[in-house]
Amino acid sequence: MDLNYSPQDEQFRAEVRQFLTQNLPADIQHKVLNHLRLEKDDHLRWHKILAKQGWVGNAWPVEFGGTGWTPVQRHIWNEESGLAGSPRILPFGVSMVAPVIMKFGNKAQQDYYLPRILSGEDWWCQGYSEPGSGSDLASLKSRAERDGDYYVVNGQKTWTTLAQHADMIFCLVRTDPTARKQAGISFLLIDMKTPGITVRPIIMLDEEHEVNEVFFDNVKVPVANLIGEENMGWTYAKYLLGHERTGIADIGSSKRELNFLKKFALAQQKNDAPILADPHFAAKVANLEIDLMALEVTLLKVVSTEGKQKGPGPEASILKIKGTEIQQKLTELMLEAAGPAGLPFDPAYLSGKQAHSISAGDDAAPLAGTYFNFRKTSIYGGSNEIQKNIIAQMMLGL
Amino acid sequence: MDFEYSQEQQQFTDSIRRWAESNYDFESRKQIIYSDTGVSNKAWAAMAELGMTALPIPEEQGGFAGSAVDMMGVMQEIGRSLCVEPYFATMFGAEFLAASRSHADVLGQVATGEIKLACALNEKQSRYELNNITTSVTANASGFVVNGNKTMVLHGAQAQLLIVSARSNAASRATDGISLLLVDPSLAGVTIKNYRTLDGLRAADIEFKNVQLSPGSIIGEVGTAWELLDAVSDYGVTLLCAEAVGCMEALIATTLEYLKTRQQFGTPIGKFQVLQHRMADMLIELEQAKSLTTLAASKAHASDVQERRKAVSAAKVKVGQAGKFIGQQAVQLHGGMGVTNELAAAHYFKRLTTIDLTLGDVDHHLARFIALPDFAKAA
Repeated sequence: MDLNYSPQDEQFRAEVRQFLTQNLPADIQHKVLNHLRLEKDDHLRWHKILAKQGWVGNAWPVEFGGTGWTPVQRHIWNEESGLAGSPRILPFGVSMVAPVIMKFGNKAQQDYYLPRILSGEDWWCQGYSEPGSGSDLASLKSRAERDGDYYVVNGQKTWTTLAQHADMIFCLVRTDPTARKQAGISFLLIDMKTPGITVRPIIMLDEEHEVNEVFFDNVKVPVANLIGEENMGWTYAKYLLGHERTGIADIGSSKRELNFLKKFALAQQKNDAPILADPHFAAKVANLEIDLMALEVTLLKVVSTEGKQKGPGPEASILKIKGTEIQQKLTELMLEAAGPAGLPFDPAYLSGKQAHSISAGDDAAPLAGTYFNFRKTSIYGGSNEIQKNIIAQMMLGL
Repeated sequence: MDFEYSQEQQQFTDSIRRWAESNYDFESRKQIIYSDTGVSNKAWAAMAELGMTALPIPEEQGGFAGSAVDMMGVMQEIGRSLCVEPYFATMFGAEFLAASRSHADVLGQVATGEIKLACALNEKQSRYELNNITTSVTANASGFVVNGNKTMVLHGAQAQLLIVSARSNAASRATDGISLLLVDPSLAGVTIKNYRTLDGLRAADIEFKNVQLSPGSIIGEVGTAWELLDAVSDYGVTLLCAEAVGCMEALIATTLEYLKTRQQFGTPIGKFQVLQHRMADMLIELEQAKSLTTLAASKAHASDVQERRKAVSAAKVKVGQAGKFIGQQAVQLHGGMGVTNELAAAHYFKRLTTIDLTLGDVDHHLARFIALPDFAKAA
C-alpha cells in the first residue's frame, strides 16, 4: 500500500499546472472562480486551446487522437483544471457520445465524428430523457420509423443541456414498439439543423437558460446515422451511462469551492468576528472538509485500480452520491455564510453585462443562484436514489 | 499509488482471521468475557505465536518493525473477531516505548508475548484532554514519587507494566511539565479497581499513593512528554479506527445476510427498497470511514505534525459517525433480534460505541480539526 503519487505523476502535475497558468484565459477563469455564467464562446475558446494542446480526449485511446493518459494522470488533470478554475470540458461529445462511437460505431462514423468532437467543430447534446421517462429511461416513447434510407423521428426530448448551442444530438429512439421496453430502442445521431426540430428553453430556478425541450416533428435522419444495430440502443446507452459517472466526483472543483467558502466565511462577520470562527458554522465546514478528504481517498482508490481492472464498477455510484452531496453542501454553506447579502438577484452582473453587482458584494451576489443551480446534481446522471439501487443490486446483491 | 495490501500483509491477516474463526468464535469469546480475568492466556499465547505481538516492535527488540498500515490490517481482524484480549492496550503502550526509543528490554518482552501493557492516561476531570493531568510526579533521591488517580485504564488490571502520565508543575492543563513513567503495578502504593466495560472488555481505576519509582522509570524526557503523548495517542486513534472498520465490515456482512434470509410478507426483507437504501447508506459510510482510516494510518508517523493531526482527527470523526450510524441501523434492521445480547450484531454495536468514547469522540476530534492552523486559512 502506498498512497503517494509517483515522481512521474508529480512531474506530470507540474506540467499540467504550468500549462494552465500559461493558457487559461483570465476572463474565463474569473467567471469560474466567481460563480459567473459562462457563454457559448467561453466554452469554445477553452475547448480550442485544449484541442491545440491535444488534451481534449484525455480519456481517449491514442489511436483516436486521445492523450493515452493513465487513469492517475487523468485524475491529476481533472483535479488541477478544477483547482485552477477552468471550465470543465463539456461531456456530451467528448466523454459521452465519443466512447459509444469508438466502441459501437462503424469506421465511417469514427472517421467523421471523432475529429470534429476533438476540434470543437460539432457541439453535441444528449437526447435521452423525455417528459415521461426520467429515471425509468427505458420507457421512452420517441419513435423512429424506417422509410427507405431514412428514419422518420417523432417525439420529444427534455432536460437537454445547452441544446441551444448544439450542432448535433445523440438520441435514444424506439424503433420496435412491440418489443420489451429495453429491446426496441436504437441509438441515432441527428443533425440539429434538420427540418422539424424545435428547441424550446426551460428556465431553471436560478433563471438560467441551461436546459431545453427538443421537439421532433417528422425529422428525416439518414440510416447511416444509426449506431451499431437497430434495436440494440439500450446496450449502448448503458455503456454510456457507465462512462458518465466516473468523472462526476469533481474533487478539484470542490477543493476550489472549499477554499472559496473559507475565504468568504473569513470575510463575513457574525458577532463582530468572522463567521468561520462561529463554532456552529465551523463544525459544518469541518464536517464537509472531512467528507471531501474521504471522497478524495475513495476516488484515488478507484482510480488506482482502474488500470488493473476492467473499469470503474459500482463504486462509481458512491463517488456520484458523495461527490454531488459535497458540491451541494458547499453551495449551501456559501449562501448561509452570505446571509442577507445573498438576497439580491442581479442577472446583469451574473451574465457579465455589468462589471459589478448592484448591491454590495460581488462575491456574495451569485451564491443564491449557485445554490439553486446545484440542486440538479443529485438528480442528473442517474439520480442519487437510482445510484443507491445500483449499490444495493450490484454491490450488495439485494 | 497502490491501495492494496501486499501479499505478505494479506497472508498475515488471513492467518489471524483463520485462527479467530476456528478458535475465537462467539461462544468462546462469551466464556472469556464472563471468566474471572476477562482475558484468555491461551488466546494471548496463540496471538504471540501468530506474530501479532511482535509485528510493530522494532527489529532490534525481536520484532518485525511493522508500519501503522501493517497494524491496520491486524486491527481490522481484531474488530472482526470482537477480540477482548488486551491487544490494543499493549500495542498502544509499546508505541510509547518504541517512539521514545526507551526500555528496549520491555519491548522485547512485549514482542514474545511475555508481558502486557496498559496506558493510564485518563483522569476523572480530563474527559478526552490528555494534557489535563493532576497526577503529580516529584523527583527525590531514589528517583520519582507519583501521586494521583487514573480512571478508565483499558486492561489496567491485566497488564504487567503501566504507562502513566503525570506532571511536575501545578498548571493542570498546560502542555509543558508532563512526564510519562513506566510503573510496575505490584509496587507499594498502587491500588487497582478492575471492572467490565459495556463491550465485554476490562478496564480499571488506579490509585497511586506515594509510589516510589526508580530513576529508570522515565519514558523519554522529564517534563517534556507532551509531543510524545500527542503523537502516540494519534497512533492509538489510528489503531482504534482500524478496529472499528473491521467491526463495521463484519456488521454490514451479517446484516446483509439477515436481509437476504429473513422473510416477512412472503419475501426476503432485503427486497424492500427502503431497507436496500438503508444498506446502501451504511456501505457508503463504511467506505468513507475506511478511506480516512487508510489515510490516517499512512500519516500516523508523518514528520509533518499538523498533517498527521488533520488526517487522524478526520478519521476519528468519520469513524465515530459511521460507527454510530451503521451500529444503530444494523440493530434496527435486525428487528427484535437486534436488541438481544444473543447476536454478534449487538456486540459489534457495543464495541463501536466504546471506540467512539475512547481517545476522543466525534466532537472532540472535530474541535481539534477546527483548531488546526490549516482550517481557518484560505489561499
